[in-house]
Amino acid sequence: MTLNEALINYCLRLGDSSLILGQRMAEWCSNGPILEEDIAMSNIALDLIGQARTMLSYAGELEGEGRTENDLAYKRLEREFFNNLISERPNGHFGDTVIRNLLHSAFYYHLYSALTKSSDKNISAFAGKSLKEVTYHLRHNAEWVVRLGDGTKESHDKVQQSLNDIWEYTEDLFAMNEADELLISELISVDLITIKPLWDKTINEIFERATLTRPKDAFMQKGSLNGMHSEVLGHLLAEMQFLPRAYPDAKW
Amino acid sequence: MPNGNALKYTEKEIWNFLSEIPDPEIPVISIAELGVLRKVEIQNSKVVVTITPTYSGCPAMKAFEDDILKMLHEKGIENPEIKTVYSPAWTTDWINEEALIKLKNYGIAPPIRGTEDKGVLFGSTIKTVNCPRCNSENTELTSQFGSTACKALYRCKDCLEPFDYFKCI
Repeated sequence: MTLNEALINYCLRLGDSSLILGQRMAEWCSNGPILEEDIAMSNIALDLIGQARTMLSYAGELEGEGRTENDLAYKRLEREFFNNLISERPNGHFGDTVIRNLLHSAFYYHLYSALTKSSDKNISAFAGKSLKEVTYHLRHNAEWVVRLGDGTKESHDKVQQSLNDIWEYTEDLFAMNEADELLISELISVDLITIKPLWDKTINEIFERATLTRPKDAFMQKGSLNGMHSEVLGHLLAEMQFLPRAYPDAKW
Repeated sequence: MPNGNALKYTEKEIWNFLSEIPDPEIPVISIAELGVLRKVEIQNSKVVVTITPTYSGCPAMKAFEDDILKMLHEKGIENPEIKTVYSPAWTTDWINEEALIKLKNYGIAPPIRGTEDKGVLFGSTIKTVNCPRCNSENTELTSQFGSTACKALYRCKDCLEPFDYFKCI
């Protein structure tokens, strides 16, 4: 693997994770529990899709074969996506969504903080920009998790269940491959082992305030680095890619 | 292909007329006052305009680009290049004092200097945002996310009007 290939892989991982969660959040548009929350979720979707555009454009540029951000988003198959598994989990009920988003945003908050020091100026600029956005997402998710966890018995039990259900997808966030080794040695990316304790500290603090119990690590899912996903990604892509695949020359 | 027309204007002159382009969502302030317009350069007779988004997914970016291209075209400047940069990341500190007053008069509470919401988690967001209509301090945050990516939603507990606050980043 060359350094350029490693960087393309890394950009796709960042871009795909934002894109797929962005699509999930867009699914909430007009279905939010209250108007303010509907707006908030659409805003978050917009930030995530904006971040995805930056990274997918950069991946296309590095590849040098003329693929645009749209080609990468709409014309790749499921096995060619490298989003982390947690970002594709279905929205479920509102509690499922905020738990998923909390675990996701806490990870990216710490990752982007570290990547602001990347030796690749496109990555560091992207991280600096995205960090401002994910800071709001993390706070928003944390506030909801506390409100629901420390709310009524019913809301508490529901989000505890949400947390238990999604826990097995969290380890995949920290998976690394050959690309990481190369990029870490060039100071382009960071060792995710250093992100893990920061993530732990953030979510543990929130769980404590929310009176939630952190699930024990048991069987943990993995595979995103090899493009291995659960079947939910296929359904998501079928909807997201329908229009550009059905009408390949469509312009707007 | 470079064109001679660009040379009719200096960088400063081009900056000046591009500065008149209003923000598509908040037409009382211009793209220069907002801080989205970063730089105008003439490189080998080609006009290069550098812009930066307020938020990564800001849907107005396309409108900014279209408006800039239209304005340059009207001035006879063809084949310009528009560059989008992400660093330094846009900040509300780039909005000047004059524009802050314009925002307030338009009904949007301007960002409060020095209160950037750096704190990640709880308890770091307590600040007083005055109602842009009645100036009351008796207001509350309804949602960190408002009608556009750059605004939060507030409510005035005196005049009972909801309003947008241009959040600090």
